[in-house]
Amino acid sequence: MEERMGHAQTLSVETGSCAAYTTMDALRRRPALSLLRDMAQKSAKEEAAERKEGRDETAPQEAQDAAEAPSTANGHPNGEADAEDAEAERASDEAPADEDEGEEEEAPSPEEIQAASEVPSAPVKLELKFKTYPGDQFTHDELHLGDKQVVKMYRNMLLQRRFEERCRQQYQQQNISGFLHLYIGQEAVSTGTVAAIRHGEDSVITAYRDHGLALAMGLDPGECMAELFGKETGVTDGKGGSMHFFGREERFFGGHGIVGAGVPLAAGLAFAHQYRGDEEICVGFFGDGAVQQGAFHEALNLAGLYDLPAVFICENNQYGMGTHIERAAANPDLYQQAAAYDMPGAVANGQDVFSVNRAVQDHVEMAREGQPSLLEVRTYRYQGHSISDPANYRAEGELEAQQKSDAIIRLKKYLLDEDLASGDTLDEIDEEVKQEVLDAIAFAEESDLPDESALYENVYAGEYSFLS
Amino acid sequence: MAEMQLREAIRAAMTEEMHRDEDVFLLGEEVAEYDGAYKVSKGMLDEFGDERVVDTPISEEGFAGMGIGAAMNGLRPIVEFMTFNFSFVAFDQVVNNAANMRYMSGGQYGVPIVFRGPNGSAGQLGATHSNSTESLYANFPGLNVVAPSNPDDAKGLLKTAIRDPDPVLFMESELMYGLKGEVSEEEDYTIPIGEARVARKGGDVTLVAHSKMYHVATDAAEQLSEEGYEAELIDPRTIKPLDIETIIESVQKTNRLVVVDESNPFTSFAGEVAWQIQDRAFDWLDAPIARVNAPDVPAPYAPNLMDAYVPGADQIVDAAKRVMYVE
Repeated sequence: MEERMGHAQTLSVETGSCAAYTTMDALRRRPALSLLRDMAQKSAKEEAAERKEGRDETAPQEAQDAAEAPSTANGHPNGEADAEDAEAERASDEAPADEDEGEEEEAPSPEEIQAASEVPSAPVKLELKFKTYPGDQFTHDELHLGDKQVVKMYRNMLLQRRFEERCRQQYQQQNISGFLHLYIGQEAVSTGTVAAIRHGEDSVITAYRDHGLALAMGLDPGECMAELFGKETGVTDGKGGSMHFFGREERFFGGHGIVGAGVPLAAGLAFAHQYRGDEEICVGFFGDGAVQQGAFHEALNLAGLYDLPAVFICENNQYGMGTHIERAAANPDLYQQAAAYDMPGAVANGQDVFSVNRAVQDHVEMAREGQPSLLEVRTYRYQGHSISDPANYRAEGELEAQQKSDAIIRLKKYLLDEDLASGDTLDEIDEEVKQEVLDAIAFAEESDLPDESALYENVYAGEYSFLS
Repeated sequence: MAEMQLREAIRAAMTEEMHRDEDVFLLGEEVAEYDGAYKVSKGMLDEFGDERVVDTPISEEGFAGMGIGAAMNGLRPIVEFMTFNFSFVAFDQVVNNAANMRYMSGGQYGVPIVFRGPNGSAGQLGATHSNSTESLYANFPGLNVVAPSNPDDAKGLLKTAIRDPDPVLFMESELMYGLKGEVSEEEDYTIPIGEARVARKGGDVTLVAHSKMYHVATDAAEQLSEEGYEAELIDPRTIKPLDIETIIESVQKTNRLVVVDESNPFTSFAGEVAWQIQDRAFDWLDAPIARVNAPDVPAPYAPNLMDAYVPGADQIVDAAKRVMYVE
């Protein structure tokens, strides 16, 4: 205790304008903490002195008192047990005049604060409404989709399906390694969405089950396959792999491997659109598993708070890896999370591309008007979580039941029923798509692995003297 | 030259860059209406408005990630962490997203973002509020880590950091915000990232110390000088990329090295410098390299324990004498 008293006495006799530069002699042999503490306190003293000289006559007396107060016996300024508050208080002493003049319009009035702290005398009833987009409710005409466009959408969904069927085969042939999460069964979600946005202008981001959306966004199937093969011609030059596809030209912002981590990025993409005042919006995809992550909730809160032009789309394929949503979410009606963030929520049928398209059109329109929203799209993945997952956790007959409402078969039937394409035409499309995928595999096979020097490229924008 | 507090120099750098480039904006807890928890951003809300000085809720993972997304989409955010202790809540965003993005997108998306705020201990704040995070973050490729010790360096380096095409973690100190120093009045004053500063010339022993520890090491160098030993003091200013060449040059002259670093010792910046020097300048060394770190324990609360925890000038003097084989 006596030693500490010694510190305090040392402090009390110091003078000078800059502790760090001018009082080293006086500070010698004192522990570092005392030295640094002194640097902070010294500046507060000076500020108080400046105020006395009239530079800031409005500073409250307590501020000067705090700045001038002698150290406590142990040498610590009062209140430093919480440096945040202490330092903030110390520094805020400079500011009260500004604060008083500042942002009154923004600040709640005393009456409002009083009202906010009152407890309602009667039970509070909330009425929540969420729009639903069931299957088989919409025609392409009313969605303003042209006949040819619907056929193109069919072709794109088929491309995703055939591409990934081959991915599975290529993995078994050991041309593809690492994690491989297949999207088969969910194709209507990606295709239905891309048909509802300004493709190439709006920003799109997703999680790791990203092949389908990448193909819907127009990334080249050959470059996608080459990426899975780890080739230098891949969409990220063999750097990202299956989970991290990116397409700058298409404004496809990835491909993100950590569950939920892309949701704040989606908010940020939307933030940039709002900041620049452009008309574009962000569509951010994530799975049902992400809704249990903090990142999801933080991002939606920020989006609701700042009115970001974002559509958050939860692709609920019902399983976070092997855990069914009923075993993961306290409230498995995920669209209802929107209510917590004061934004519209809705649920669409992910096995009907028109249901998805209608819903996304509506939500994109809201986003363009500065209203963020949450859209849950209920879908189903036919494969396991990744290629190594046999999905033994499924109930018997579960997959087969889901496949009865397969989105591609549903659309095919629609095309035939509405006479938008003949059976022959659709067969030809299938053959074309199969060939396109074979060509993609050939391109991937023929491409080279990256040069070893690529290991050190794109860590930083400039040269980086990595360790040898 | 103009005398400024560290907080004023940081504010001047942000303000100048926001005038220069409309894509630069400030985002963080209490940065706007409160004028900054440590008053670093005082007055900036009035100057730039709430679209460019943006208060966030206490939601580090959310707003760090939002900043990264905005950076991917063409903006240049300055994200203030109230302290780098709270950056751990956003660790996944900083490490998995900011650091990796350029690489894993094959160079398509860079993340030009500055995460700034105080780092290290700041009195009796206990373990959760006293972490020195520079060694940790410097471990991740893709991040730059800058930790200046004075207002002049802070201003020049922060302006450079804001213009950098990659993420920069810019580490300040609660205890140094009031520190005054002369700051260059040169128009558009910038200091390159990755250049150390030889702060004091000497031929007997090399001391390397950054941020707060630079001041403690200055104290130690003064003590050594009074005893007749002249230390060469190097402030690396940038932890990563590290200007090892300047340290090598000094060691080739003094043949003895003490690295001071407030991090806990295991896998610390000091350990890294020691490894690089033994790798690059082994034959020039006349003694094993010494390092002075916080001990390998969490930060305590009690005043005497905290004084023992933070590296002090006496420890540095002792280490210097050890490598000089005196006493």
